[in-house]
Amino acid sequence: MRAMDYRGPYRVRLEEKPMPTIEHPRDAVVRVTRSCICGSDLHLYHGLVPDTRVGQTFGHEFCGVVEEVGSAVENLKAGDHVLVPFNIACGQCHFCKQGLFGNCHESNPQATAVGGIYGYSHTAGGYDGGQAQYVRVPYADFGPEIIPDWMDPDDAVLLTDVVPTGYQAAEMAGIKRGDTICVFGAGPVGIMAARCAWLFGAGRVIVIDHLDYRLEFVKNYAPAEVYNFRELDDLVVFMKKTTDGLGADVCIDAVGNDASGNIWQTILGKKMKLEAGSAIALHWAINSVKKGGVVSIVGVYGPTGNLVPMGNVVNKGLTIRANQASVKRLLPRLIEHVKAGHIDPKAMITHRVPLEDISDAYHIFSKKLDGCIKPVLIPNAA
Amino acid sequence: MDAPTTTKATALDRSSIPGWGVDADPENDPTYPYRDRDKDDHSGKWARPPVQHSDVEILQSIEHKQRPAVFGTSTPPSGLSGMMRRGAFKYSESHWAHWLMLMGADRVNMVEGIVQDLARAKIPNIPAEMGMRSEWKHNRKGLVTKLAVTAAMGAAAFALFKWAGSRDRDGSNDRH
Repeated sequence: MRAMDYRGPYRVRLEEKPMPTIEHPRDAVVRVTRSCICGSDLHLYHGLVPDTRVGQTFGHEFCGVVEEVGSAVENLKAGDHVLVPFNIACGQCHFCKQGLFGNCHESNPQATAVGGIYGYSHTAGGYDGGQAQYVRVPYADFGPEIIPDWMDPDDAVLLTDVVPTGYQAAEMAGIKRGDTICVFGAGPVGIMAARCAWLFGAGRVIVIDHLDYRLEFVKNYAPAEVYNFRELDDLVVFMKKTTDGLGADVCIDAVGNDASGNIWQTILGKKMKLEAGSAIALHWAINSVKKGGVVSIVGVYGPTGNLVPMGNVVNKGLTIRANQASVKRLLPRLIEHVKAGHIDPKAMITHRVPLEDISDAYHIFSKKLDGCIKPVLIPNAA
Repeated sequence: MDAPTTTKATALDRSSIPGWGVDADPENDPTYPYRDRDKDDHSGKWARPPVQHSDVEILQSIEHKQRPAVFGTSTPPSGLSGMMRRGAFKYSESHWAHWLMLMGADRVNMVEGIVQDLARAKIPNIPAEMGMRSEWKHNRKGLVTKLAVTAAMGAAAFALFKWAGSRDRDGSNDRH
């Protein structure tokens, strides 16, 4: 089969690879029909995630048709079209029992801090991902969701990560009616967090980024007030001024360790790797939220340390809430939202790319070329 | 009397602690609603899934009590980078050494990948792998500028080395 193949920072290509097989009674093999490149794949692509091995296939946002199931899988059969949450979760460990499906303790030998994630380095379990014609799906009797007949596969594939991650960012923020929400990052997750903030009763939604075309999109899609931080003298002072001197009730970090905006964070974190990427978005979030406010983090950071103003977290009495999205928990509600028209995930898709053009797709998304917001790969087998 | 060789934590009788739990409020939970605390039995035991068997070498965090039941078998450790990765897993996830050795192994692995390609008589098309075709299509001006600047810097460096080399030769003659 053909699959994406990582060769080192900024280098990927298509390769012929062996077909995945059933390796565990609860496995399935899925023929991929849609697979996205996620903003967090770019952290791998940029060489920022430790234990990213040459030869691995990325891709944790995918849906597809079940080809084969293991002996313990009774709820799926060949031919079912399923969307597959990016978390690999057993559904029965200490953490899964509590609904923390992003923190499963039975899917990742290489680290205890995070559960298994498809195609996301060996730090997340060493699984090959879905940017391929076929993929192995562990715990297939628990994770995958059969796509409803009425649902567009383009919507379904975005329910595997982007939509639940944006939704959980807003959910973790503990939004109260009338709250002012500031979302850092107008990538797909930030866009969705801004959209979902309204579902929780926000009174005002502000989005900060430096890419005008993305700000223009989220301005209409969420909708939201948008500001380009490169056009502001001091972002934090601006945020105070625009909130009557208080700061936002909630700040959401939807950027993570690839953030632009501060030369020292860029040099230390992104160039020299002396911290786990650039944490300037989180820095701004902490300093822009009001005292007693909430900072909700869904941006991806590496496992080492980051320079953030912890003193201000203490002095301002902030609550920090963060996690990988617990996709399986959120899916029933999100499917209702899509059906009701509250969320239109596929509107974020700007590029549909054949798997053969994987190198160009990564480059376009990484360099933000051609107005790219969300690229979807269409494997030939689809 | 023999001294105890181990110290074992024993549970306190909490009813003997004045005021214990009087302000406990299940609603006051910053993890609401995404964590169902009612299901937290505070034990590290659960009905485990069947355990995956594999001949592939799997490195494991020393923080794990036991190997998780399921794991990926992609790209097992190999070569020099594999040795570095094995070394890294002697340290816990809390050690910088663990992560820095893994990052170092990733960079070594990148070179190993090129060597493997060449060993298979395959010359990697690095510009294509980096998506330069799309750069040419969507950012031609930027690409041309970058190439021109790189060429100019290369030419300047070459001229500098050549000039320094000629000065060294002149200096050598002087000393003789």
